[in-house]
Order: sequence, then structure tokens, then C-alpha cells
Amino acid sequence: MSNLLDLLVAGLATGAIYALVAVGFTLLWQTSQTINFAQGEFVMLPAFLMLAVMHAGAPFWLAIILGILLSLLLLGLGFKLLLVDPMLRHGVLPLAIATMALAIGMKEAVKQFFSAEASPFPSIVPAGDVSILGRVVSLQSLGVLALAIAVVIGLTALLNRTSIGHQMQATAQNPTVARIIGVPVERMILLTFLINAFLVALASLLITPIYLAKFSSGEVLGQAAFIAAIVGGFNQVRGAIAGGLLIGVVDNLAAAYVSTQYRAAVPLILLIVIILFRPQGLLGRPEERTV
Amino acid sequence: MRSGIFAGLLLATVSATAAFAQGAPIKLANVAELSGGGATVGNNWKNGIDLAIEEVNAKGGLLGRKLEVTHADSQSNPGVARAQVQKALDNEPYVLLGPGYSGSVKVTSPLAAEAGIAQIMGGEAAELTQGGNKFLFRTSFGQQSSMPKVAKYINDELKAKSVAIVWVNNDFGKGGRDVITKEFAKYNIKVAADISTEAGQADFAADVSKIKAAAPDVVFVYVNEEESARMLKELKRQAITVPLVGETTLVGQKVVELAGDAANGARGHVGLTTDAPVDLVKAFREKFVKKYNYVPDHNGLKGYLAIYMIKATTEKMGKVDSKAFADNLHGLTIKAASEPGILMDVTFDEKGDIDRQGFLVEIVEGKQVVKQVLPKLN
Repeated sequence: MSNLLDLLVAGLATGAIYALVAVGFTLLWQTSQTINFAQGEFVMLPAFLMLAVMHAGAPFWLAIILGILLSLLLLGLGFKLLLVDPMLRHGVLPLAIATMALAIGMKEAVKQFFSAEASPFPSIVPAGDVSILGRVVSLQSLGVLALAIAVVIGLTALLNRTSIGHQMQATAQNPTVARIIGVPVERMILLTFLINAFLVALASLLITPIYLAKFSSGEVLGQAAFIAAIVGGFNQVRGAIAGGLLIGVVDNLAAAYVSTQYRAAVPLILLIVIILFRPQGLLGRPEERTV
Repeated sequence: MRSGIFAGLLLATVSATAAFAQGAPIKLANVAELSGGGATVGNNWKNGIDLAIEEVNAKGGLLGRKLEVTHADSQSNPGVARAQVQKALDNEPYVLLGPGYSGSVKVTSPLAAEAGIAQIMGGEAAELTQGGNKFLFRTSFGQQSSMPKVAKYINDELKAKSVAIVWVNNDFGKGGRDVITKEFAKYNIKVAADISTEAGQADFAADVSKIKAAAPDVVFVYVNEEESARMLKELKRQAITVPLVGETTLVGQKVVELAGDAANGARGHVGLTTDAPVDLVKAFREKFVKKYNYVPDHNGLKGYLAIYMIKATTEKMGKVDSKAFADNLHGLTIKAASEPGILMDVTFDEKGDIDRQGFLVEIVEGKQVVKQVLPKLN
């Protein structure tokens, strides 16, 4: 039982990070039909941007701010203007393939200009432990979980309780009608790209102290978040959140109670089951997009 | 008259060819893990090789000829390593260097043996030198030499009755796990948890939870460097306080750099360390740091030593003969007094295994501290 608590806390902490990345998947899909197969690499890059700023002599807090700003510029604005906009007019598939090429390019560039070796990355959550129900739980796990949940709650509030959020949802549901009723659709789409860039930068900040900064670290994350988004519901933010947490927990329980070798297969099996019996995902809704 | 001119031209041509051959560089080929999970291993190894070659060439080369090396990336993938080694052998190098991963050595060593080219590598899996390959040479201890020392330390010094073994599921990890499990059995040390992990694994939370549940007296960690660092961080995160013991891959410089505070207290047996209380090793460390601006791990030492193994053997032969090289290295003792580049006295046996002094170290405040020097056996 006590072991189960450890596994749940660790799984939720990892799952919360998956959720941040998965939310980005769903946001981009909903507003611009972009399936970003470079999403994992989008998580990898901000850590290197922050490291580059620190190597230039800046303190960690400044590196975080500049890293997030650079991420917004490169992974938000730059991604939309330089890759998505020119490719999207040719259809979803060419764009998806272009993002695969982008993923390879980002990995190789980091390998070339930074290093093929892993680098340490400082944690924003201090080391230490607290006692919960008589069990020692690490502050880092709790901190990661708390921060990720706070961001998800903030994002949900933005989408559901603000005018901008309603305009973004209108853009996602039917851009033509949204445009007719005066929603600045293009601006809303750009905003989702910027939100995605912010989310991946935050995920990078939280996961890199654990996984270490390495050019290949996005591969696992990208796959896990993609599965999480489908399992939870690709067209619902709340689905991506639930999917992320679920995959984090299932992955950890599978490693502990099934086997380390097969742990990667268990979320995929879950994915197959979901596609067979509930194609829209656990919390998703059937697509109502018009043609 | 005409025949005299012809004879003169022929003589001149032969002389020129001989002179050219005399001065032609000696070609070496290195295939190592320059990217992928083993990038730390391969890049340290490569830098060690480059440093040694620079030194040898600066002093006039080997038997008057410059050393020249080509570096190829195995991407830490045995399949790629095999292809790269085949390509390297097609260029007929004097000696093949690398790879560092045991799995890659296992699939490439038959190619080098078939070509009759000596292969000096960084792999530590016990089985590598047990198959009768006469062309394969280690640069550090194999598991059959190091694991008994680790098990003895856990029994004699730590008085452990139970141990959790964490190993990486590849040739290196499985080989080490098999050897040390037998050693633990000799001391009646119970294996409370036997946990296999994957190469390149990022998340160790579940594995550490299993260790926590097993409550062993000691945790023995035998995974590669980057995974060791992630493991140490997770062990600290989950407040595991029992002694953490391993081999070089747990207490290497790169692990300390990556794991930070989490590495403190980790202990292990190392065949090579730049913190060794040996003057020549200290001098090597200074030269390496000056050139590359970081402290190398044992792989940097291995790469460096590989070149001086070639130098000492070739000078003993008095000629550059790739076919005779392996025969001459078998049974050879190289003394640091006569060849300072070898850093410590070393003897190579008939299998290509080495006999050299070793060290028991502990990480204290982010630094390797040598607790015990284990002398050379013969």
C-alpha cells in the first residue's frame, strides 16, 4: 500500500508534465488542425535555451524568463509563421510530415551546436522531503505536481471564464462563423501557438532536472504526450489533462507491477483499447467539424 | 648508357617510394559512441585518443611516423557500430580502437579478428575476452576482475546481509549482474530485489519504489553513466539512505557532474580514475583539462592508454606490423617508468585482459575520494 502511494505520487508528477504537453497538442489541433510531431522536441529545446543563457553568465531566474520569451518567439511565433502557415494550405498530412522533419532538425541542431552528451539542469523546486500519511514524499514531486496543476487550472479558467478564452473556443469550433461574428480568428490561432510554446517551456523547466538536458529527451515525452492526448480526447483540453495524468500513473504502475521492459507497451495497449471502444477519447467528443 | 639511366631511374623511384613509405602516417581507426546514450563514453574516449596522438606526434611520432586517426560514430547502436567497423577495416588500419559499449564490441570483434587487426576497446563485459579472440584487448578491468572486489567490499566493509541489484538490460549490465550475483551467493548475501532497467531510460521512479519496498542493506547500481545520474537523483528524491555501491559507471566524473549532490556518498570500485594518487595520472588530468576544459572520466583515460599501448607494443616490435601486433601485446608488461604515457604498470594476459592496480572510491562533496588502493596482482 505504501509502495502504491509512492508510485501514485511519482506517476501523477510525471503525468502532470505529460498533461502540459498534451494540452498543447489539443490546442494546436483544435485551432489550426496542426498535429505537431515535434512537440517532444519543443519540450527539449527550452532547457537548452535556458542553459545557453546561463552559460552566458545570467542567473537561473533570468535564464528562465529569457528561455520562456525565446520559446514564445521560436516555438510559438516562428513555428506558426515559418512552418505551419505555408504548409497548412497543402493539407494536414504534409504539415504533420513537416513537423517530423522539424523534430529531426531540432535534435541534430542541438547535438551539433550544444552537445550530444547530457547536461545537468537546476531544479526550481528545492530538494527535500515532507511526510504525508507517514510516508516520506519528495518536495520535488509535490512541487512539480502543484505547479503543473496550477497552470492547468489557470489555462482552464482562461478558456472558460474569459472573453479571449471564449473567442479561442469559438475559433476552434467553427472558424468561419467565428469570423462572421467578429472574432479575430488569426489572432486567436496565434495565441494558441504562444500558449503551446509557454506550456512546453514550462514542461521543459519541470522535467529536465529529472530527465537531464539531452537532445534526444523529447522522444519519450512527445510520444507519451501524444498518447495522452488521444487517450484523453484530442479535441478537449480537459481530456488531455486526464490523459496525461492517467498515462503517467499507468506507466509507473506498469514499470512496478508488470515489467520495466514492457512498461512502454502498456500505454500503447491502453491507446488501442480506447481507439477500439471510444475513438473520441475518454473525455473527448465526436468530431463535429463541417466540410 | 641507356640501361644505366634506366637503372638509375629505377633506383631513384624505389628509394623515393621507400622514403615515402617510411614517412607515411600510421593509420588508426576509432569507432565510438559519439552520440546516443553512450555519448559520454565515446566522447571521453575520443578526446583521450586525440590527446595521446597529439603528444606522440609532437615527440616525433611512432618509429618516425606520424599517427593519424579517423573517428566514426556508432550512435551507441551495435548495428551502426558493426557497419562503421566494417567500413573502417576496409581502409586497413594498423589498429582498430573502440567501441566502448560491450554490446557493440561483441558484434564488431569477429570482424576485426577475421581481418587480423588488433582491436583495443573499452568494453567491460566479462564474456568479451572469454571466447578465444586473439585480437581483442581491454583498456580496463573486465567484470570478472572487478565484481569480486565489489562483492568483497560489500560483505567485509559494509556487512550487508541483503542487496538490491539494479542493472541495465544489455550485454554490459547483464554480464555484470550475472557475475556479481554469483559473488553475493558466495557470501550468503540475499538479493532482495533484482531490477532490470532499459538503456536510455529517463524515469526511475518505479524502480526506486521497488527498492524502497525491498528495504535492502545496500543498493548495487550497474547502469551506464547518464542513467546512473538519473538513478542517483531519483534515489535521493525518494529518500533512500542505504549505501549505494557500484562500479566506475556509478562514480565517474560525468555522473558526479550530472547528478550533483545526489552523487554524494556513492561508492564504487574503479579501475581508472583521474583522482588516483598517482603522479602520472594527475599530470594526464591537467593536460586533459587544459585541452578540453573539463575533467575526464575513466573513458578519457582508456582512450589515452589505448594509444600508448600501441606505441609501447610497436616500439617493442621495432616495426609497424599489424599482423604481428596482437601476438606481441599478449603477455606484454608495460612499465610506467619506461613509457610514462601508460600511467601505471600494466600486464596483458593471453586473453587480452589486464592486470593493474585499482581503487575503491567514494564521492565526497562532489569529488571522487580514493579510499583504498588495490595493488596489481602480478
